[in-house]
Amino acid sequence: MSDSRKEFVKGLITTNPVFVLLLGLCPALAVSTSIDNALGMTLATFIVLLGANIIIAAIRGFVPSITRIPIFIVIIATLVTVVNLLFNAFLPDLHRTLGIYLPLVVVNCMILGRAEAFASKNPMIRSIADALGMTVGFMIALVMISFVRQLLGTGEMSVFGFSIFTLPVLSEHPLAMFILPPGGFLVLGLLLALLRWRGVLKI
Amino acid sequence: MSELIVIFLSMALINNIILVRYLGLCPFLGVSRELKPSFSMGMAVTFVMLVASLATWVINHYVLIRFNIEYMYIIVFILVIASLVQVIELFIKKTNFALYSAFGIYLPLITTNCAVLGVTIINMMENYTLLASLVSALGSGLGFTLVMAVMAGIREKLDLADAPKSMRGAPVALITATLLGLAFFGFSGIV
Repeated sequence: MSDSRKEFVKGLITTNPVFVLLLGLCPALAVSTSIDNALGMTLATFIVLLGANIIIAAIRGFVPSITRIPIFIVIIATLVTVVNLLFNAFLPDLHRTLGIYLPLVVVNCMILGRAEAFASKNPMIRSIADALGMTVGFMIALVMISFVRQLLGTGEMSVFGFSIFTLPVLSEHPLAMFILPPGGFLVLGLLLALLRWRGVLKI
Repeated sequence: MSELIVIFLSMALINNIILVRYLGLCPFLGVSRELKPSFSMGMAVTFVMLVASLATWVINHYVLIRFNIEYMYIIVFILVIASLVQVIELFIKKTNFALYSAFGIYLPLITTNCAVLGVTIINMMENYTLLASLVSALGSGLGFTLVMAVMAGIREKLDLADAPKSMRGAPVALITATLLGLAFFGFSGIV
């Protein structure tokens, strides 16, 4: 059990997919304009990553190593199709806001990366722990980025329609740049520098 | 005709694939350290985007829509792109070795480049005609090359700069991308 816990914890900080491995940056930046979107993308990534790690860990014994990458890609693409249809049916608003970034989960390097680097070599329980840890790490990164962007870009903090607090001046004159694409680069760059400076991340 | 020019400018500059749509960030942060490989990578991506847009348009219109299985597009598109990249690699290796060595290792890497899949999905969602799809692929590819080359030029100088230790590498590259992105906002007035 402690073995699985180790695989889970490492995804949070030491091999955080976004901050350390710099994988899955496209969805991390594209959807991090609000916390709602960030959580929606985390949910989609979670379903695909967990499913892919379980299936790939289960079949790792008899997949010929020479054709493993196409097989992994087909498994991931199938899961993404399922998630895409499910979101379209049950969460249509989220499906619309995520737009092309939902089908693009299939080329999220994080998912193929974990399949190749971890699930294809490890038993199922540890692969599940790895998927959970990576998802939580991905969520931490996305929520941190989108918290800053939503706060500065709109001046108010609301999650799933509930307004939590409003900033006095910024809500009337929001810094729209943070919602716009360059703001994503800025916030991620400064967050990375801050985490390295405080020693949370090793350089 | 003017519609095609608008699509081209929009994909290349206004909705630049890297700076506005955030696609293809892995090569943007990984490869763009020197000018020459960035340019080769950009050309390889442009080429694959053009071929992939052609192939996915034909398959989308004559297979997926015809048999009412559009929901399969994610699996079909990614497989088409992956096999196309393999075929192109073999073909170029046999016919033009100079070009092959110029593209180098970047060709196989393109399979998992979200920019290529992104452009084909955008073309499909916008319901572009075949010609418009090709123009949009060309615009995206050239926009990608432009940003890669500009970024490489900046980073060649940036590596010599005395940045604080925690800012070196990825953070300073991301902040450079911010400034480039703000500069690219200037293009939004031209259409």
